[in-house]
Amino acid sequence: MSQKLVVIGAGMASGRMLEELLELDTNAYDITLFGAEPRGNYNRIMLSPVLAGEQTYEEIITHDADWYRTNGINCRFGETVVKIDRANKQIISAGGITEYDKLVIATGSASFFIPVAGNDLPGVIGFRDFDDVNDMLSAAKKPAGKAVIIGGGLLGLEAAAALHQQGMDVTVLHLMGHLMERQLDPAAGYLLQKELEGRGIEVICQAHTNAIFGNDHVEAVALEDGTIIDADLVVMAAGIRPETRIATDAALHVERGIIVDDEMQTSDANIWALGECVEHDGIVYGLVAPLYDMAKVLARTLVNEPAKFIAPEVSTKLKVTGVDLFSAGEFGDADEREEIVFRDPARGVYKRLILENNKIIGAVIYGDTIDSGWFFEKQKSGEDISDMRETLIYGPAFQGGEDYNPLATVAALSIDAEICGCNGICKGTIVNAISAGAHDLATIKATTKASASCGSCAGLVEQVLAITLGDEFEAPTAQSICGCTELTHEDVRQIIKARSLKSIPSIMQECDWATSCGCATCRPALNYYMIAEWPLEYKDDAQSRFVNERNHANIQKDGTYSVMPRMWGGMTTPDELRAIADAADKYNVPAVHVTGGQRIDLLGIQRQDLPAIWADLNAAGMVSGHAYSKGLRTVKTCVGTDFCRFGTQDSTGLGIKIEKILWGSWTPHKVKLAVSGCPRNCAEATCKDIGIICVDSGYEVSVAGAAGMELIKTEPLAKVSSEQEAIDLTVAFVQLYREHARYLDRPYKWVAKVGMDWVRERVVDDLGVRAALCTRFEVSQSVYRKDPWAELAKPEYESRKWSPLADLTLEAAE
Amino acid sequence: MSNWIDIAALDDIPKRGARVVKTSHGCVAIFRTIDDKVFAIDDACPHKKGPLSEGIVHGSKVTCPLHNWVIDLESGLAQGADHGGVATYEILVSSGRIMLDTSRLISKLVA
Repeated sequence: MSQKLVVIGAGMASGRMLEELLELDTNAYDITLFGAEPRGNYNRIMLSPVLAGEQTYEEIITHDADWYRTNGINCRFGETVVKIDRANKQIISAGGITEYDKLVIATGSASFFIPVAGNDLPGVIGFRDFDDVNDMLSAAKKPAGKAVIIGGGLLGLEAAAALHQQGMDVTVLHLMGHLMERQLDPAAGYLLQKELEGRGIEVICQAHTNAIFGNDHVEAVALEDGTIIDADLVVMAAGIRPETRIATDAALHVERGIIVDDEMQTSDANIWALGECVEHDGIVYGLVAPLYDMAKVLARTLVNEPAKFIAPEVSTKLKVTGVDLFSAGEFGDADEREEIVFRDPARGVYKRLILENNKIIGAVIYGDTIDSGWFFEKQKSGEDISDMRETLIYGPAFQGGEDYNPLATVAALSIDAEICGCNGICKGTIVNAISAGAHDLATIKATTKASASCGSCAGLVEQVLAITLGDEFEAPTAQSICGCTELTHEDVRQIIKARSLKSIPSIMQECDWATSCGCATCRPALNYYMIAEWPLEYKDDAQSRFVNERNHANIQKDGTYSVMPRMWGGMTTPDELRAIADAADKYNVPAVHVTGGQRIDLLGIQRQDLPAIWADLNAAGMVSGHAYSKGLRTVKTCVGTDFCRFGTQDSTGLGIKIEKILWGSWTPHKVKLAVSGCPRNCAEATCKDIGIICVDSGYEVSVAGAAGMELIKTEPLAKVSSEQEAIDLTVAFVQLYREHARYLDRPYKWVAKVGMDWVRERVVDDLGVRAALCTRFEVSQSVYRKDPWAELAKPEYESRKWSPLADLTLEAAE
Repeated sequence: MSNWIDIAALDDIPKRGARVVKTSHGCVAIFRTIDDKVFAIDDACPHKKGPLSEGIVHGSKVTCPLHNWVIDLESGLAQGADHGGVATYEILVSSGRIMLDTSRLISKLVA
């Protein structure tokens, strides 16, 4: 005959406890589960991504209706328990009386509402449960809604980032001198504040809230110094307090939390408690990992197995804000403590290890937390680090002078190193799961729970997979750039942005390139990515360019070059033709060819003649046609309304306008355009990177065509009625391509990866994004829209670049 | 018997780049690596005589601009799966000046 177990509270701790209990013994108890919220157990930590719009509530449910039914759990959700009658071993709720043999209290915490006038106005809410999230999402729907978050700790910042992502104007008020002062020291707190302010979130530290104003809804928050901040929503994230009223009313021993012993038992022999509502050994917990430990202990206790709760070392990692942050142990100053600090403010990296008696007792790491697990392990083991003190701060890859292996960090972790902090899963557990057949992240999540809570350890789990499976591991990602690195193009582009890397050596340093100088594949790619990312600051590295782009001419099989001046929109003049003919004569050009790009190519020019022929062409008003560049090549046209009886618009005029805007720009690969005057499409616009067909009512802009090794028709981008819109779409598309595509992917390859919908959202649908893209293109063009021939023909390049160092043919006869 | 000729200043060659010395049997490419080591090899790829001086220099290797053969500057040998090599010449760098040993160059003519 099974005993009656009543559980008050359906949060994460109670859910885990029931799982563990059922795993140990499915028949020990007849379980009734009460929860004040009108829903079952869900992952409260993931409320932040739900608030940010990154996940749905359904995705964060941990136990669904099927699970309760299968396990025979009697669910009483939305029913608050109001009293515990210990003498009669029963609880009283809105639904009546329920008897118990054993009772578990898991009532969690309640948001602390700071005691100021107006804290009960509608619109002032906590951030604790799904109802709070719904209230916040409703408030966020109001256009340009203002949110004030009271409390700049973990929870407050998660709320701030999520609401900001939902489009609200967010201000964070924090009482202390810097954000997250429980986990961060002032320096790291400052970096975090800068990061958030950089995103548009206002942060006010040392902010003492005086009152909250409003008539029948919140309207503003007033600080003690007189500042008034408008608010449509106020989120109380100033702390949580254990929810202990029901225990206090029942005369259980309660201090800050419900007092429990190592077996999670309260002062009543038939009542246990776990989770945020308890106090164990003077400590009240607000992070999930210790609560899961309590769940394991209580489950065993309930089936009379020995188990003791031992206060764990905890660490925190910040999640939804997208900030890389790790904190563990003690970090306050004290006499016998020393510290090792690594600081690189420009990159937003700050690492601080706190030592006492040659042991790590705490760590605060901001911006580059890849080694945090390794430091945490040393902290937990209490090992003496004197031997590695000099290189300690650089992490495991720099100890003992071993060759760098990107998986070394995880390989260096011991079997009981913690990989998943939320669920307390160590490396050994994951390795065992892999040996038992779990060969991908999803299976490991399902079988071990690693990465199943906040998800920030997913990368580490994949690394354990990679090390354990070796060659059999199928990385879900694409190939690396080249033999110099394991990283993909996308990885490196992201890292360049994230760490503000502005030189090729800095990328190679940061990303641990296998070679000191890269190779002919990666250097041009890196050079391009930085030109695209930092147009004003990065100086183009000529020595990392392929010969054609370095010399601004196309190298031929015999080391001579071809020179192709630009013919805007395929139009020329008698003077230009004469200048080309004269240059062909003067420089003994062996071949003159009319190209598919609607211009003329002079082939077979000697290298040392380049500056001179350029000067001659410049003198005739002609500039480089960039026939050799990964940049804008040509804008072909057919004659429109100027002459053609079928012309619907001035296609040639438009083509020339576009060419004059785009020329000189560097792109991931060559870009060729065409503008046709009517749907007969004589300029063959429908196989170009961007093609425009003029029609009576406007311009049909299409993209992502190709007519080289592959023949691909363009996809429609949009039809617009004005020439300016056609130009804007073209420029915005080019800039989007520049910012996102992999080096050497033509637009059609890139569009195949990202999809036309994604492209249209940014170039067509969102006028703000389109305008921003055009602006950024212009910023880049302020540097690059100029004639390279004119630059290189300057005297300072003459002798240094084009002539031989020495001519020994004159001396050989000696 | 060496025949050292002062060719140029080290700074006349861009780092990770090359310039050429004309000789009657062809050009000799003088390379300067990122750490200021200088190498001299024939400016003609063993594959199809591409101008190695126009290739991208990485470490102490250069990638031929025509068909991407990688040539080691020290030995003159093609790397990886490719076979073949180019002649190399002795270089001395002294007080920021590059000295080229032209003895082998000249002897080619005399013969």
